[in-house]
Amino acid sequence: MKILVAVKRVIDYNVKVRVKPDQSDVDLANVKMALNPFCEIAVEEAVRLKEAGTADEVVVVSIGPKAVQEQLRTALALGADRAIQVETDDMPDSLSAAKILKGVVEKEGPDMVILGKQSIDSDNNQTGQMLGALTGMPQGTFASKVEVGDGFVNVTREIDGGLQTVKLNLPAIVTTDLRLNEPRYASLPNIMKAKRKPLETTSPDELGVEVKRTIKLLKVETPAERSAGVKVADVDELVDKLKNEAKVL
Amino acid sequence: MSILVVAEHDNNAVDPSTLKTLAAAQKIGGDIEVLVAGKGCSTVAENVAKADGVKKVMLADNEAYEHQLAENISELVADLGKNYSHILAPATTTGKNFMPRVAALLDVAQVSDIISVESDDTFKRPIYAGNAIATVQSEDNIKVITVRATAFDAVAAEGGSGDVESIDSVFNNDKSEFVGEQLAESERPDLTAAEIVISGGRGMQNGDNFHMLEDIADKLGAAVGASRAAVDAGFVPNDMQVGQTGKIVAPQLYVAVGISGAIQHLAGMKDSKVIVAINKDEEAPIFQVADYGLVADLFDVLPELKEKLKNTFEDSLPASI
Ligand SMILES: Cc1cc2nc3c(=O)[nH]c(=O)nc-3n(C[C@H](O)[C@H](O)[C@H](O)COP(=O)(O)OP(=O)(O)OC[C@H]3O[C@@H](n4cnc5c(N)ncnc54)[C@H](O)[C@@H]3O)c2cc1C
Ligand SMILES: Cc1cc2nc3c(=O)[nH]c(=O)nc-3n(C[C@H](O)[C@H](O)[C@H](O)COP(=O)(O)OP(=O)(O)OC[C@H]3O[C@@H](n4cnc5c(N)ncnc54)[C@H](O)[C@@H]3O)c2cc1C
Repeated sequence: MKILVAVKRVIDYNVKVRVKPDQSDVDLANVKMALNPFCEIAVEEAVRLKEAGTADEVVVVSIGPKAVQEQLRTALALGADRAIQVETDDMPDSLSAAKILKGVVEKEGPDMVILGKQSIDSDNNQTGQMLGALTGMPQGTFASKVEVGDGFVNVTREIDGGLQTVKLNLPAIVTTDLRLNEPRYASLPNIMKAKRKPLETTSPDELGVEVKRTIKLLKVETPAERSAGVKVADVDELVDKLKNEAKVL
Repeated sequence: MSILVVAEHDNNAVDPSTLKTLAAAQKIGGDIEVLVAGKGCSTVAENVAKADGVKKVMLADNEAYEHQLAENISELVADLGKNYSHILAPATTTGKNFMPRVAALLDVAQVSDIISVESDDTFKRPIYAGNAIATVQSEDNIKVITVRATAFDAVAAEGGSGDVESIDSVFNNDKSEFVGEQLAESERPDLTAAEIVISGGRGMQNGDNFHMLEDIADKLGAAVGASRAAVDAGFVPNDMQVGQTGKIVAPQLYVAVGISGAIQHLAGMKDSKVIVAINKDEEAPIFQVADYGLVADLFDVLPELKEKLKNTFEDSLPASI
């Protein structure tokens, strides 16, 4: 079986982002970028399915400017077989991203598409579900366990109340949650090997997709900052403050 | 304008996040109609019809909707939703699961997790783990929106008098099916709705030690939460994770015990009214957002806190309780 994994280039999760003084956007100049952590989990899951003999090919795709090739190489170093960059200058919205991914799905014919549940920059949590609707594929979102059977996959999902398991006919969409696996680190030999793995470039045009934006970003602000309060000396003082000053007990 | 709100419920009772989503709908303005889709959920529909500002409730009672499978619910919502200017659902794991499918079926974008309504087409939403707040304007003819419940005050659950109408359309796909679920059972209040939340992190060392937090929670009528590290380590189940990629909480009082205060954790709790941090490392970033910080070993102070709270409550409560 063939697995397609969609990966996004985002700000490194350790970086605390700053808003530009003119409030037009956040400032990403000279900020460390990385593979979205949920996408890393998605690549890891696909590679494990290949190592287990369940999958025979893992293809990674990223939409964005040339810089996303860096994240595609990272995914190749983690064990993906080949990569596709869909070149666009700006980040498409989730619906356009899903339409582009649908174009790639039609070309590649994967049995499973794995995406991150959300990207840690826009925190949208939409693309996988949208791709599901556009392709008519069933979805297992927020996955903490993926078990592939004959023509189907059982996905255990992290939901607000606990865990839920659904059975999906293949081809299907899976989006990853944190507990699905712990991604490996790329070894130096694998990083070297990744440089020679195939990376093909295409465009939304070639896939017949028009990138449009119906959501306008009017302003980006820094949220009201909380300031540090006081240190209390002991439990007595804490209980007293909570009772008499904050009045929350 | 006409707004369709998709109710969150478990076939027996309406979830509080629905009443908060109704509040967001009222801010947008216009006629508000609610969809209750599920199985054996007519009581839910009757109760939602009493909520303030609800004009009509549509009840889709069918096996196909029992477990809120996204493939079925999204088709139903998109089919009904064509006739509305806005479609809203709470940004719970259920809403997050089916709403983007609704948007794609209607060929419109989705605005996720809004925290304020600026006008009928302009909304604020947190991005980058809440380190920035974006104001976005939607140009779509139908606006598909998920609502961060903690950012809105619930509408009154009683006082309204909407009609309940049954919907017959059934969308039942043959590609996905429900297999089973393991739901956390707890006598404590729901994490996202509790007035007081007490959370533990990696510093708790193991799952057994969470009993120390539970004992205190039970004294205060609080819910118990956790950091990702505590969930990953298997101390407690995933439904207790507070943060950017877990649950968002905004109680009157949040007590963080043995939690360092990573930005992803802060994203889920920094809108709490009062924050208390207990941590043995005085440099821990959690102290930068805490109103009251106690630098101490949690294993020393939790038993003491439990005792002191006992005294407090025995002072203030009548003897019979
Ligand atoms: C500061 C800021 C400003 C923005 N301004 C606007 C705006 O003005 N208008 C607008 O319409 N949108 C705007 N966006 C949204 C953003 O550009 C897109 O919505 C986003 O890139 C599309 O994916 P997502 O993050 O919504 O995906 P999510 O649904 O959160 O991501 C889920 C998964 O989808 C996959 N995925 C997502 N994007 C890609 C990709 N590019 N390549 C491959 N896989 C991908 C990954 O597997 C990812 O883990 C803004 C975002 C930010 C952070
Ligand atoms: C994509 C992504 C998403 C994430 N989403 C979330 C999320 O939703 N929620 C979340 O919480 N995290 C999330 N994280 C993880 C986050 O970055 C941190 O790793 C995590 O919050 C750390 O948990 P912690 O504070 O319990 O552990 P640590 O950072 O290890 O902190 C433990 C603290 O306990 C203190 N301590 C230890 N022993 C004692 C003692 N005896 N007495 C008192 N104090 C003690 C220590 O001083 C320390 O400050 C995410 C990370 C990524 C990459």
